[in-house]
Formats: sequence, structure tokens, C-alpha cells
Amino acid sequence: MSMPELRSAGTSETLIEEGDAPASKKIEGRSPWRLAYERLRHDRAAKIALATILVIVLLALLAPVFAKIVGHGPNQQFIDIGENENGGPVPPSSTFWLGTDNNGRDLFIRILYGARISLIVGVLATMISVALGVVLGLAAGFIGGLVDTVIARLIDVMLSIPFLILAISIAYILGPSLWLVILIVGVLSFTYLARIVRGQVISIKGREFIEAARSLGASSWRIMFVDLLPNVMAQVIVYATLLIPLAIVSEASLSFLGVGVPPPTADWGSMISDASGFFQYGYWWFLFFPSVALLTTTLAFNIFGDSVRDALDPRGAGIYV
Amino acid sequence: MATGQARETTPVPASATPDGDDMLLRVENLVKYFPIKGTALFREKEHVHAVDGVTLSVPRGQTFGVVGETGCGKSTLARCIARLHDVTSGRIVFDGQDITQLSQRRMRPLRREIQMIFQDPIGSLNPRRRVGSIIGDPYAIHGLAAGAERKRLVQELMERVGLNPEHYNRFPAEFSGGQRQRIGVARALAFRPKLIICDEPVSALDVSIQAQVINLLADLQADFGLTYIFIAHDLSVVRHVSNSIAVMYLGKVTEIAPAETLFTVPRHPYSGALLSAVPVPNPDLSDQRQQIILAGDVPSPIAPPSGCRFHPRCPKAAPVCVSEDPPLEPRLGDGPEHPAACHLPMAEGENLADFRPSISADERVVEVEGSLLPDDAGPEATAIADALPARGEGGKP
Repeated sequence: MSMPELRSAGTSETLIEEGDAPASKKIEGRSPWRLAYERLRHDRAAKIALATILVIVLLALLAPVFAKIVGHGPNQQFIDIGENENGGPVPPSSTFWLGTDNNGRDLFIRILYGARISLIVGVLATMISVALGVVLGLAAGFIGGLVDTVIARLIDVMLSIPFLILAISIAYILGPSLWLVILIVGVLSFTYLARIVRGQVISIKGREFIEAARSLGASSWRIMFVDLLPNVMAQVIVYATLLIPLAIVSEASLSFLGVGVPPPTADWGSMISDASGFFQYGYWWFLFFPSVALLTTTLAFNIFGDSVRDALDPRGAGIYV
Repeated sequence: MATGQARETTPVPASATPDGDDMLLRVENLVKYFPIKGTALFREKEHVHAVDGVTLSVPRGQTFGVVGETGCGKSTLARCIARLHDVTSGRIVFDGQDITQLSQRRMRPLRREIQMIFQDPIGSLNPRRRVGSIIGDPYAIHGLAAGAERKRLVQELMERVGLNPEHYNRFPAEFSGGQRQRIGVARALAFRPKLIICDEPVSALDVSIQAQVINLLADLQADFGLTYIFIAHDLSVVRHVSNSIAVMYLGKVTEIAPAETLFTVPRHPYSGALLSAVPVPNPDLSDQRQQIILAGDVPSPIAPPSGCRFHPRCPKAAPVCVSEDPPLEPRLGDGPEHPAACHLPMAEGENLADFRPSISADERVVEVEGSLLPDDAGPEATAIADALPARGEGGKP
């Protein structure tokens, strides 16, 4: 599994450099974003990762269609044909393409529905943490003083508490639900992003174009969102693409520990958790397929995020002044 | 607002007092200290005395030059006048109105009247925004024009400063240094301000480009009746553009004079030393003249020297210079337009190299013998040289 990924990542680097040459030859009328897009377009690893992501999204969207084709609902139990004589899962067959789980439910259909949960959590939680991180980072870096001290200490405190322990406690107290998981993962992961934004803002706000904006009479809001924000967007986008897989794994971890999305909702984390007790008795498919789904998804997002970072790298040719 | 004449309490130089209405800007006793953030917990609070009691007046429609070494406070002065810094004390009177303490909100309408052109043609333009949007910023911020109207105004401005209006959608990185400075000029010009503060507008540019930008500024001044405060460390550039010039040293004005007077009859020994360091484009003349090399560095602005701040480096320094701060007033029978802050001003044709300070050695930076080398500069005598353009590129544009 990892070998071809590594190889494609290696070749992509040479490809980026080849892709640079035509991009830097015709400089005219190119925005920094356009340049980054050009690099991304020539990055094979990025293209493969993006294609994988699109396939996963498509499968998640088409989950009900597949359910109709196969004729199995995500929570439908097939006690008669979906379980063996001991009540255990049955292996992959033409009826159950990826086998069944310990409750006689179609694993394939459940993995597709589980993709929906993972993607929803990944995207929504990342949006929450980006919004929080950008706003708090901008405020801390730009306003400084007491605001900065309060936000910076808050971040320090949050970073000093282990994520899982805090998340489990909150989820346990408030009772697990999908929306709570999204909120927990989103709110608890803004810290690094806020730090990155804060650092960038502090380094940029001393530059003359900020002074120029102030001398024109621009308000602080305008300076923050018109002058500063576009200059930190590259870092925000890079970090956001890397936050998505992190959020997916966090959600799966919470579900694995039983405080995530409550059953019977199909969810990769709880599927892996359920399957872990069966693996040693030879029911390999029950653990294998949800794990592969989780691994493929996070790997695709991670590789794509890496490529985005390479494409937006300030040390790359021609992006920054 | 009270008119300028009524103020008797503040020591305004004679040149500023006669007719307040001719002066677009008056700066009275302006002080700006920056607190130093101590890393040690119980350190005594220290301040950088960036601008320490500057008084000057800028007449309407003229160019007022400010020169001085790096770190003498000229950029801080500019930012105080533009109200980018809050001042510690003193007054700034712009067009008859005291703007020293105006809140940012009350200051907003006045932003249209006072604009700045910055030194760094790269740093002063947001790299992530298109030129059209940068130049259109003044209109956007003050809600003066939007959409097609704004675009038309911006393109007019671009044409006026010699940029191709079709480059409206380009990014700053796609322009050369001179073109970028033109973008900065266009942005400053958008409001048709009364006063433009040029903070070393050409020092980052190639000499041939310097001339273009200076000529552009001169054209715009003629067309729009602009008043400039022109800050630079290149004396030949300042001489070329300015009507009168203020020389600054360590946060204080040491001398103010009409441009030609300063170059022919400098009164302050610092001005004299500064002028002797101006590169002469003619190598024969350059070999003949005597350069005054000042010893040591500019003293720390955190703890400036007592009395006259120039005394540790001054060849004419006497005990009075250590004890008393000389006021900025006309010396040796000069007119009110030429005040100097010196107890022992230079007479016409006087050679600074003939003097030796009459103060004790520990008041000075370096021994006299090492401090006044007529021709070759010792390693410690680099401060002035740093503040001036490299030899041979400072000729009149």
C-alpha cells in the first residue's frame, strides 16, 4: 500500500520543477494563486490524491444508490443470510460484496454511509477550526497587548491538555452525538492554526503597506481582512487541507472509544472498534475494509495537503515578490 | 482653532512666527519617545528619544527637505506628522488646525489632506493585491467612488504618474522598482492632498530612476500645488528638490536653512561635516577638497549626550557645549530663515579641520588625532559614510 504512494511522491518533486519552467516563463498577468494552481496541475501525486478524494466523495454521495442496487439498508440486519451458524460475520460474496459485520449488516453499504460521516466531520470540523483560528490569530497578532496575551495563554492551556482526554470527557458529559463530535473536534483543533496566523500577522503588520493603509485612513477591520488576511491565506489553506484528515481520524478515534457518533449510525471508527474483537478469530474482512477506507481517505487528504503546501511554498520560484 | 501667532509659550523659531497663514504645517516642540520593552523584570523603564523637541514650519507649495543620518529620527518625525505614531508631547498644527490629539476617527477626513510616499517600493505595496485595487484603496476606504467610476479614476491616476493604465490588473511583483514607486505616488495622489510626506522616496531606486521619480514629483507639485516634506539622506537629491532644508541629528534639528544657503554657508559643524562628505562627481575637485571625517558612531538615542548632542563628535566642542543645550536660533547675523542650534557656529569659509575640541577626552568619543583624518577614513569613521550614498552615484540627477 505505502510503496506506490512513496514512489509517486518522489517523482512528483521532479515534476514540480519541470512544471515551474513554463510557469515562470510567462509571468504576465499571473496571480500567486494562479502560479500555485499551475504547479499543482503538474504534480502527479496531487492529481492522484485529488482523484481518490473525488471518488470517495462520489461514493459517499451515491451511498443510497448502491444501497438500492444491492438491496441492503445500512442498518438492516440479515440474521438469516448475513450471519454464520455461530452468529458471526460472513465473508465477502456476491450478496455481501465486502462481507457482513457481527450484526449481519452489509459491510460495503455501511462503509459507504460511514464515508458520509467522515467527510461531514472532516469538512465541518475543519471549517470551525479555520474560522476560529483565523479570527483569533488575526485578533491576537494585530491587536496585540492584552488580547494577544489572553488568546496566546488560552492556546497554551489548550495545547497542554491531551486532546483525547478532554474530548472524551466533554462527549461523555454531554452525551455523544454527531454534531457534538464536529464541535469538539473543530473547537479543539484551532490552536495550531491560530498560532500560525498570529505569527504571520505579527511579521506582516510591521511592513510598510500596513502603514500605508493606515495613512489612508483604513479601519482596523479593513486592515485585518483586506490587507492582512490575503497574506496569510496560503498558510491557512495548507493547514486546512492537513486538518481534514486529522479531524477524520479524531472522529474515528472518538467513535472507536465509544464516545463518538452513537450506534447504529454507520461509522468507520465504531466499525473498526467492533471488528477488533473478531479479527483474531479469522473474520479479517470485518476489520480490513473499514481500516482501508479510513487509511485511503486520510492518506489522500494528507498527500493532497502536502502538494498544496509545495505549490504555495514561498521558497518556490516566482510565487512571492 | 487657535491661530499659530497667539502662542508665545512655545519656542517657535523666528522664521515660523511672522505669518502663520503661509505655513501649511507647524511642528512645535515635538517629542516622541519609544518605550523599550525590558526583558528583565525589574529594569528601569528606558526610552528611545527618537524625536526630541523638533520645531519647524513648512510653507505652502514648497518642498521642505529633512536630512540626517540613519536613526536620527527623520522617519519618526514623518510618521508623527502623518499621525501614524501618537506623539509624546508637542504640537502639530496642520492648516491652522491642531491635529496632535485628534482621535483616529476625527483624523479620518484629514487623512485626505496628508499623504505619505514610502521608502520601500516593495514593502509599501501589498504583494497579494492587484495594482488597481491598491491605487483604488483611497476611494474604497473613504467611499468616494466604486465600480467603473473607481476604475476610471484609478486609470487616470496611473496615466498621470506614467504607468500604463492597462496594467490595472497586475500585481506589484510584476513592476520594476521605479514603476512601483509610481504606484505609491499614484496612491498618495488619489485624494489630491495638500501635503505629501516623502519618506526617502528615491533612496531605494537606481540613480537614473531616481531622476524620473523626482521629476514626476516636481511636475505633480506644479500641477496640483502640492507641499512636500522630502526626507532623504542623499544631500544632493535634497538640495535639488528642496526650497529649505532642516538638518537633524539624534532627534533634534540642528539647523534650518534655505537650500543654497545651507550648502554655501552652513553654520552648524555637523552640517559642515555632512556637506564635506557629499561626493563630488569631478575626481580632480574631489582630490583637492578636504573631507571632515567624524569619529565614532552616533551616540545611543536611549541616553543622548548632555548639552549639544553633537559635542562628543564635534571638532569645535567647548565646555559650554557639554553643559548647555543650544537653542535653535539665527546665528552670526543670519536672517530668521536660517536658525542653527550651535554655541560656536561656523563662520563663512571656516575650515573645521583646523579645530580641536577644548573639552576633556572622556566627553569625546575618540581621541582627536584619530578623529580628524583629512583624507582616509578609519574604520570607526563609517557612520557618515553609511548615511550617504556610495561615492559616484550621488550626482545631481
